[in-house]
Amino acid sequence: MVNIQGRVWKYGDSINTDVIFPGKYTYTVSDPKEMPQHALEDLDPKFAGGVQPQDVIVGGRNWGCGSSREQAVVCLSEAKVGAIIARSFARIYYRNCLNNALPAIVCPEAVDAIQEGEMINVNLEEGVITCAAGEFNFPPLPEAVMEIFNAGGLIEYTKKRLEAEG
Amino acid sequence: MPLTFAEKILAKKARLPETVPGQIVEITPDVILSHDNTAPIYGLFQRMGGEKVYNPDMHAVVLDHATPAPSTKHAENHRIIRDFVKEQGITDFYDIGRGICHQVLVESGLALPGEVILGSDSHTPHAGVMGAFAAGIGRTEMASIWAIGQIWLRVPESMRITVSGSLPAGVTSKDLALYIIGDQKADGALYMSVEWHGEAIRALPLSQRATLTNLMAEMGAKNSFIPPDQLTFNYLKDRARRDFEAIYPDENARYTVEMEYDAGIIEPMIACPHTVDNVKPLSEVRGTPIDQAFLGTCTNGRLDDLAAAAEVLEGRKIASGKRMIVIPASYEIYLAALQTGYLETFLKAGAVVESPGCGPCMGNHMGVPAVGEVTISTANRNFRGRMGTKESEVYLASPAVVAASAVAGEIQHPKDI
Repeated sequence: MVNIQGRVWKYGDSINTDVIFPGKYTYTVSDPKEMPQHALEDLDPKFAGGVQPQDVIVGGRNWGCGSSREQAVVCLSEAKVGAIIARSFARIYYRNCLNNALPAIVCPEAVDAIQEGEMINVNLEEGVITCAAGEFNFPPLPEAVMEIFNAGGLIEYTKKRLEAEG
Repeated sequence: MPLTFAEKILAKKARLPETVPGQIVEITPDVILSHDNTAPIYGLFQRMGGEKVYNPDMHAVVLDHATPAPSTKHAENHRIIRDFVKEQGITDFYDIGRGICHQVLVESGLALPGEVILGSDSHTPHAGVMGAFAAGIGRTEMASIWAIGQIWLRVPESMRITVSGSLPAGVTSKDLALYIIGDQKADGALYMSVEWHGEAIRALPLSQRATLTNLMAEMGAKNSFIPPDQLTFNYLKDRARRDFEAIYPDENARYTVEMEYDAGIIEPMIACPHTVDNVKPLSEVRGTPIDQAFLGTCTNGRLDDLAAAAEVLEGRKIASGKRMIVIPASYEIYLAALQTGYLETFLKAGAVVESPGCGPCMGNHMGVPAVGEVTISTANRNFRGRMGTKESEVYLASPAVVAASAVAGEIQHPKDI
């Protein structure tokens, strides 16, 4: 999806994967469709029931630090979250986002300006975030990574590569 | 151009003369590590259309996260993994009780200098203790490596930490690591390759060095490297699974961050709730009441960790109404602790000794806290909810301090009990 329009859920710094998707569910909740009901459970109990498709999460520094658990991304991509905008991302979390085709955008200026609950617009192709406070630009993904993103995620990308290799 | 460790090894693996930070390279790792998450990764692999894995000899599969199985659901997960390794001809499979994957990888001679190890676990940087380039990755990308044998990696910036002097008596590499994480914060080395240099590092035994590389995950590092030396080579003499070639950073390599620490000023440190970078000297939190003490994990569950705790517990008892849980990091350590008498010391002190694995570290089983309880632990994470309930607190410390706190029933230094 090139253009994302959604309501903002804003959080702070160092939001870790234990509060995004608690470790106790990692081997008991295996169906991706069930994961959204535990999303951000230990951080914001209102999130799972209130999140709408295309809503945007805005976080501070080091979003997604901690465990490598991919459910912490899948619980949000399955909830159809449109994008995550943060000051910075933990590296495995960032990779997991791209591999699940969930836009992970580093834009500290936008994080400062965006208010909790407001409607914002994110244009992935042009690299522009539009919110009440104005417009903010972000750099596009590296080309090598864009290929995975454009395929709709790493599952589809690898599937195509396997098919091509026969 | 002089290269850092990360730039050099990724250049070698990508068959390039050199690499620069930010560059994307596609490589084939030497070892790929997965644990109880092997079953869900297999599901992703199948969704990709995968049938046979690219190379079964690349795989190391270790069951450790919830072992022995605490529920039918966990047991089913294990069964799928046993069937999978059999069907795919994966021989480096370590079933329940063998130990925690990061420790097992080192003990089984699969963490080798100059090799690239990728694991679907955030503490994979642990293996950098042997001079490997070791980084954590996600499940989907692990499944993709199973299928096509390749992955993209971004060449990281490098941080060089030089530690001079020597650690005071009773101060461990856990205290050093917590001190540095408290100083640099949880994102201090975000996406970086962290290299450890200096006389204080060279003086550490391998088990203590491993605590450093293990904990760099808590500073955001992609990987962490300790230059292999005679200690490393001696350990690998009868363990290394194949010939290897150590890789060292060049003399004048360019580092994004260079830091120096004096080991002589480090004192016992505690990571307080609910983040690993909320670090305070023990002197500031002593007297905090605890309910449970936990000695174990990939961070501090090795033989010298158990020895340090046993020394404190010898002839003493766990405080009345308090609990202590001991989980050796591997079968090898468990057996050695049995033979050296440490296990007897723990049992006589009133501790509970459990079978090797991750135990309650991430809240799965074997001693999770009740609502409102406080745990002091040798683990690497104390995030809210980490041990099962968000209504509990976890303090992180060295093995001797955890043992002393179990005896005192409150956070205490061994010399004060």
